Amino acid sequence: MMEPTPAQERIKDEQAFAHGLASRHLRGLVWERFFQAAIAIGIIALLALMFNVVNRIFGVIAVQEAIHPSELSDVPLEELTPDQLSALLVEHLPSGARVLVRDSLLGGADNYNANRTLTMGEFLPGVALPEAVAQLTLTDLQPENTQTLLVAAMDKNTLLEEAYSQVVGRDVVGSWPLTEALFNRAAIEAEVAANYPNATLQWNNWLDGQFLVDSMSNTPANTGIRTAFLGTIWVLVLTLLVAFPLGVGTAIYLEEYATGDNWLERFIETNIRNLAGVPSIIYGLLGLAIFVRALEGITQGRTLISAALTMALLILPVIIINAQEAIRAVPPSIREASYGLGATKWQTIWNQVLPAAMPGILTGTILGMSRAIGETAPLIIIGAATFIVKDPTSAVSKFTVIPIQIYNWAKQPGGQFQDIAAAGIVLLLIVLLLFNATAIILRQRFRRNLSA
Amino acid sequence: MITTNGATALDLRHVKVFYNEKLAVDDVSIPVYKNKITAFIGPSGCGKSTVLRSINRMNDLIPGARVEGQVLYHNKNLYGDNVDPVEVRRRIGMVFQKPNPFPKSIYDNVAYGPRLLGIRDKRTLDEIVERSIKGAYLWDEVKGDLKKSGLALSGGQQQRLCIARTIAVEPDVILMDEPASALDPIATQAIEELMKELVKQYTIVIVTHNMQQAQRVSDYTAFYSIRKAEESGGQERRWGVLGEYAPTDQLFSNPKSEETERYIRGEFG
Repeated sequence: MMEPTPAQERIKDEQAFAHGLASRHLRGLVWERFFQAAIAIGIIALLALMFNVVNRIFGVIAVQEAIHPSELSDVPLEELTPDQLSALLVEHLPSGARVLVRDSLLGGADNYNANRTLTMGEFLPGVALPEAVAQLTLTDLQPENTQTLLVAAMDKNTLLEEAYSQVVGRDVVGSWPLTEALFNRAAIEAEVAANYPNATLQWNNWLDGQFLVDSMSNTPANTGIRTAFLGTIWVLVLTLLVAFPLGVGTAIYLEEYATGDNWLERFIETNIRNLAGVPSIIYGLLGLAIFVRALEGITQGRTLISAALTMALLILPVIIINAQEAIRAVPPSIREASYGLGATKWQTIWNQVLPAAMPGILTGTILGMSRAIGETAPLIIIGAATFIVKDPTSAVSKFTVIPIQIYNWAKQPGGQFQDIAAAGIVLLLIVLLLFNATAIILRQRFRRNLSA
Repeated sequence: MITTNGATALDLRHVKVFYNEKLAVDDVSIPVYKNKITAFIGPSGCGKSTVLRSINRMNDLIPGARVEGQVLYHNKNLYGDNVDPVEVRRRIGMVFQKPNPFPKSIYDNVAYGPRLLGIRDKRTLDEIVERSIKGAYLWDEVKGDLKKSGLALSGGQQQRLCIARTIAVEPDVILMDEPASALDPIATQAIEELMKELVKQYTIVIVTHNMQQAQRVSDYTAFYSIRKAEESGGQERRWGVLGEYAPTDQLFSNPKSEETERYIRGEFG
């Protein structure tokens, strides 16, 4: 056989090359398809979540009333004065509305039974009551006393709500999600006609204005998220106030002052990294032991400040690590220029390093806050209230937060509470997005200032 | 050996620099004359930048760096006990190899130094900014738009901004670490002309890789070279020494050592 000429060798090589080329391209294509599939699965999951939530929030409900409002008054209940509403309640409720007084104003049966001898004035020190009523105990209340008491202690909206829920007995007896309402309306109507002949079907949107401003209630129609929403805002703001200065301060110290050549500093640094991965429930136990129990004198127990301090501990590692990265990424040339002009160390840090690192620091803070918004486990351990109607007014108020309410509603029997949980989820997502959007806008502003 | 004409701004006496206890530059003793340009030349790694940075104590910022010997400034040792490096760096300013304006407006870049010193009055700052930018021959190019970011300028303009920033704190001495090495020829020429103007008011020390530049602008030149020694482990140890110091004309036309001559002829670098 003849030796192949150099030209033949080259052609052989090129064939081998061309052959390998196709398989190399193929391998790349397979990976590309895989990545596309991964994104597609992610999008599908997100859409499924959105669909599920929206499907529950919107839909039809069957409403049944024990007494029609027209039997109670000639004008719609909304047009009655507080006096008339109060009279209506006293007339129609058992034992002249004293049960309502006990449950809504005196802290429920248990609280009342423990303090049976107290007068109304002693029970309600913050309410301006006529002398005649203030001296009476609950059992002494005459219908006209109760009427005065209700007007003095409740605003018109509350009275109206009580009238609807207790006298009219407006009750949601069934609810159906959006898809069923759209495509299976006839079956729903048949079911309602069979089971609740007096009920009417109506379209409903659980995430309405009323849901946002109502406080919690045992009846799905009256329950709202105001207390939890305010609780979440309080916890977030307090957490931020604690975690941001502490986290950024720690990062500045570790990056700018610590030399990193002694064992203590290395130990601290390693541990901060490890703490970022500790399950949140453990922070809950820590918070319970320290903030709720040991520091009860300061935090007053299961309060907003205890929750915020625990959350701050939880997100500190995230903030510290990101701030450290951001500070480390500030180019040395900027520091040198500052020192070269006679700046002190602190002037350099404050005027050059921190502004340049701020976008990165804010990114870390966004990550931390996003985590804090959704955390439920540590707050359950700390003892956030599951049912509370009083808005938080200070850092030592009792509180609840949106994720806890979602959890709470989702485990209640009865389909309507699950629909309300869906509404809560959407609200939580909106809060999360608003918070992140604010931080991103801030970050962009810093970044714009830094570039040309 | 050297005919002294005029007062010295700085006197380096037996300056040795160590990094992590390894000798980087050995025993440099040279004067720096007032209102003159002194150039440091030499091959890469000869320690010319190291010596420059030891003059205004920028080496303090590098962990493990240590300086022995004396840098006399108005007969005061800058490495003496109660000398604050912050004060040293204000009086002995520095311009770096790569233009490094702050990510701020042109105005804020120049006003940064005066503000560090506590000057807050708007009128005073305006005056200083205008005077400094004019001093750096940048005023005509930027006067309409002082709010523009310093990073939006061209490389040569950025370097002149950095010089304006430096003279805004009214230093005595300006150290320049290869100030034109990152610039194109036209911008380089602008910087060189600026140096010739600045030297009327300031004392300048410049590190340069470019021998023509040293020849064009400087009055005195210090040539640094590298010494090598075999260490016990078979590793090579290198450090920089002062090879020769003379008035520039003399050093380039009539170098004393053969090494200087070879370097000037471009045989190594």
